[in-house]
Amino acid sequence: MLQVLRLFTDYLSQYFKTRLAYRADFFGELVSNLIFELINLVFIIVVFQHVPLMKDWSRDEIIFVYGYFLIPYALFSMFFSFWDFNERYIIRGEMDRILTRPVYNLAQVSLESIAPDRIFGVISGLIIMGYATIKLELSFAWYDLFLFIGLVISSVLIYAGVYTAIAAISFFSDSRTGISPMIWNIQNYGRYPVDVYNGVIRFILTWILPFAFVGFYPSAYFLRKEEWYTYTLLTPVMGIAFFALGLFIWNWGIKRYQGAGS
Amino acid sequence: MLRLYAELIRIRFLTLLAYRVNYYSGIIIYGINIGAYYFLWNAIYSGQQTLAGMSVEQMTVYVSIAWMSRAFYFNNIDFEIAQDVREGKVAIEMIRPYRYLSVKTAQALGEGLFRLLFFAVPGMVMVSLFLPLTFPPTVEVWGIYAVSLLLAFIINTEINLLTGVITFFFFRNDGMMRAKRVIVDLLSGLILPISFFPGWAQAVMNWLPFQAINYYPSMIFAGAVGPQQAGEVIALQAIWTAVLLVPLAVLWRRARRNLVVQGG
Repeated sequence: MLQVLRLFTDYLSQYFKTRLAYRADFFGELVSNLIFELINLVFIIVVFQHVPLMKDWSRDEIIFVYGYFLIPYALFSMFFSFWDFNERYIIRGEMDRILTRPVYNLAQVSLESIAPDRIFGVISGLIIMGYATIKLELSFAWYDLFLFIGLVISSVLIYAGVYTAIAAISFFSDSRTGISPMIWNIQNYGRYPVDVYNGVIRFILTWILPFAFVGFYPSAYFLRKEEWYTYTLLTPVMGIAFFALGLFIWNWGIKRYQGAGS
Repeated sequence: MLRLYAELIRIRFLTLLAYRVNYYSGIIIYGINIGAYYFLWNAIYSGQQTLAGMSVEQMTVYVSIAWMSRAFYFNNIDFEIAQDVREGKVAIEMIRPYRYLSVKTAQALGEGLFRLLFFAVPGMVMVSLFLPLTFPPTVEVWGIYAVSLLLAFIINTEINLLTGVITFFFFRNDGMMRAKRVIVDLLSGLILPISFFPGWAQAVMNWLPFQAINYYPSMIFAGAVGPQQAGEVIALQAIWTAVLLVPLAVLWRRARRNLVVQGG
């Protein structure tokens, strides 16, 4: 563990060295993340200029959910941004190099593609949540802060688990590109109230690809929507379960993996 | 020369055909996106007959066709150009007896045709089983839509080439290309029909090429643009096609002079 932490700081400094070599791109990346966050806000704001409510959710409630969603999403994409895992590690054979080293392989893969600039998403998320909190006149108890941190960690674990499992599919299949873009598309839907969707989608977003636990269910607690409290409480359980599942599939895949042969 | 480009289109088409997982997941992606947006919009309409001049039915058709059109015009040639520049391959590409940008366009067309035939058409059939879709009533409207979609492809490709060529000056501009991708999705009307935007925003967008990429063809398909206005819309698209050639030609000239090969 200590070793991973030491590597983490080393990789961090390497990251900034490489990124700042292309300064224009570094800022371009920051701006593009910001635009991505704003565009979803634009959708919400423009739609609510035409209607007062979506089902029975107000604009500011939906904005609050979106603000929450940005925080686990930012933390997750900081540590698990190996979207090109298949291409980079399996097809080009980089995985063989990883496996000859003494540090846990998933930690190495994750550190190699670390993206610390994503941390700014946490700030945007907090600002957006703060705005909605003021508008909705929400009040919090002192322990809500700890609940918030716990829920965010759980949400990150869900993302991490699902994504690790998907990356691990590359060990089993020999197809060129994986299905990660597909999952990327689906994770977007976890940030709207699930009662908007029909039963099938709701079921998928809750139990199969549980992205509703990454935005909507945890936020329902802070919005004091008591009918969803059970799901809020389930968030840590789902987080641990899905992360364990992800690790299990990953380790299983590593055992089966036979190298690229190149 | 034409045979060369036809061959490039064919090769890209066949290359994509080889990756079957991509193909199945592609259809599912589009299905899921359309399904989710359908429910989202239903919740937004919840009982109201029209919003911003569009009925629920038109909105359903709009959302589906907007994603299907995107299947055709969307491509990653800007990232491909950036990779060629980064890896130094572009130097080889430039001494070959063809035009580099035309090659990229041909490859984009091959990709577009593949997705049109294998994602959009089966995707549309699949979606129409679950959602109440109405298709354009006459062959004429289908024809106008096809022309409009082709122009949309050209405009989007020109924008992608532009962002790709900018790599020649910045060496790395992944951030900018990614930003361009989300901006095109928003301003082209993919996630939100342009008529929903407030008046001032619409006025600004009228001066930008993006709505020619998705909003125009989708409105034609959804029947929200009559045959009378359709001519106007096509003319506007044709103008954008021509206008965008100017900065592209200028940048490309300068890029070739500016080329710094970084290894490779």
